[in-house]
Amino acid sequence: MAPGHTFATITDKISSIVLTRPVSLGWLMGVGFVALWTFILLFAVSYLFYQGVGIWGVNVPVGWGFAITNFVWWVGIGHAGTLISAILLLLRQSWRNSINRFAEAMTLFAVACAGLFPILHLGRPWLAYWLFPYPNTMNVWPQFRSPLVWDVFAVSTYFTISLLFWFQGLIPDLATLRDRAVNRYARTIYGFMAMGWRGSARHWKRYHTAYLLLAGLATPLVLSVHTVVSFDFTIAIVPGWHSTIFPPYFVAGAIYSGFAMVLILAIPIRYFYGLEDFVTMRHLENSGMIMLATGLIVAYGYIMEPFMAWFGGNKYDMYQFWDRAHGPYWWVFLALISMNVVIPQVLWIGKLRRSPFWLFVISLDVLIGMWIERVVIVVVSLHRDFLTSSWGMYYPTKWDWFTFLGTIGFFFLCMLLFLRVLPMISIFELRELLPEAEVKVEP
Amino acid sequence: MSLVPLYGLLAEFDNPTDLLLAARKAHDEGYRKMDGYSPFPVEGLAEAIGFERDRMPLVVLVGGLLGCVGGYLMQWWISADSYPLNVGGRPYHSWPAFFVVTFEVTVLCAGLSALFGMLGLNGLPMPYHPLFHVPRFEFASRDRFFLCIEASDPRFDVLETRRFLEGLGGHGISEVPY
Repeated sequence: MAPGHTFATITDKISSIVLTRPVSLGWLMGVGFVALWTFILLFAVSYLFYQGVGIWGVNVPVGWGFAITNFVWWVGIGHAGTLISAILLLLRQSWRNSINRFAEAMTLFAVACAGLFPILHLGRPWLAYWLFPYPNTMNVWPQFRSPLVWDVFAVSTYFTISLLFWFQGLIPDLATLRDRAVNRYARTIYGFMAMGWRGSARHWKRYHTAYLLLAGLATPLVLSVHTVVSFDFTIAIVPGWHSTIFPPYFVAGAIYSGFAMVLILAIPIRYFYGLEDFVTMRHLENSGMIMLATGLIVAYGYIMEPFMAWFGGNKYDMYQFWDRAHGPYWWVFLALISMNVVIPQVLWIGKLRRSPFWLFVISLDVLIGMWIERVVIVVVSLHRDFLTSSWGMYYPTKWDWFTFLGTIGFFFLCMLLFLRVLPMISIFELRELLPEAEVKVEP
Repeated sequence: MSLVPLYGLLAEFDNPTDLLLAARKAHDEGYRKMDGYSPFPVEGLAEAIGFERDRMPLVVLVGGLLGCVGGYLMQWWISADSYPLNVGGRPYHSWPAFFVVTFEVTVLCAGLSALFGMLGLNGLPMPYHPLFHVPRFEFASRDRFFLCIEASDPRFDVLETRRFLEGLGGHGISEVPY
């Protein structure tokens, strides 16, 4: 954090964004644009409900297509938020205090977008609740040996725990907004949500314990979520999927794309809302370094996959990797390697790592690259498996694109609304970072 | 002197160190029913006012254990008892496959008990609290630190306690009506 701040300036600066800052034309235009895409999403989903999954390009052999690609991509993006809020909290990386709030919001919205896809892909999405074990008149139950059922539990638990963590972090800040609000309605609404929080020492004590425990629970959870997502693939025998490297490689990829999204959000936010004092160059540079490190783990995964196929001597696996580079989707694979492995290496250069503009560009590249990675895993692996008679091609339709781009619109719509109605930076955790917050007596 | 019954006396402090020292002295003086209020958790303050038993870890442990046992039993009952389904010849009670959901349900229940346990033990939501009658108290969520000695404390005496709080360096001492 930049020097010269006090408890009061931090509080006033962050709460004023929500309470007194007038709605700007740029924000309205942004909301208008992403709301348009949200409507396109609603339209695409409505048409899907009416017509069925046939409107997408999915068919045998590529039954999963964009829906599962987007699901994996969105869940992965969410992971950085939990990493920042929970793992960095336990590791006492206090710099995370100024980016955890909106990173957690990012997690929530990303997981919401992710959860949409498997449901839409069900064929009869309105029966999605059948996935949950509830007593029913049909007397049937879910099949707990299936990774697809594990996924239901993993993703819904992840969403719930992220929501709890986010809400708990918000309670003291909602109390701050309640006390600062001049508008009667704002005061009532924030007061309602703050639930009478008054900063009592006993409350803080329990709050702190609960917060640390939640962080401790969220840490294995976040690692488990993408592991379970990777089980959706690895438990199958499709060449290129049936591999033990998937769980760690999926988690690293998740954090890789997640930090790219953190930067995509943080760079414009700090610029437009003048938050350079709180979200400093150090935050951006650290995120860039985490991106570089996780990117290298992902690159290691890319090397190990063909190595294991060759070392294992399985001809179907080997063909799979030959097909990735030389088959009809060779250009997708080329884009993957250049965007995910080659281009991010420029992050080794300190000057680029400290330039918001270039970090933004590289993050965009990584986000697209990681999306392409999921296309390669889902589409390219499925399109040619054991029998040549069951080979085929996958071509996305306009509905595939509308649904995908629509969720991006929905995600940014949620983010823009969040920025205006809730404190985007955790106020009470920033106060703790000030030198004045330190108690200068022996405990 | 007002006729409204008194909740306590509230003293204001400038920084966390002053508040902590004041809380310790009040505790040494024999006051027990009191609480400190700060815009962020002040290390050692809860201990200084005599709060020792933090039952949060126990609540979360119980929640997690219930989730763990419940999650596993649910899968066992469904897969081996209520609706045995032969999937690729695997045993009905395929315990390795039940790990994932057991883990997820454990985390879910522990997490829910962390948040709701915290709220429950803290007595939240609490729509009304006498402290909010004090206009200055709204700064407890910004940059001021408060110590409130409650009237229900056996040692409480309006004049005595006020003098005591003044002696601790607390300023703007105000009576908190119910």
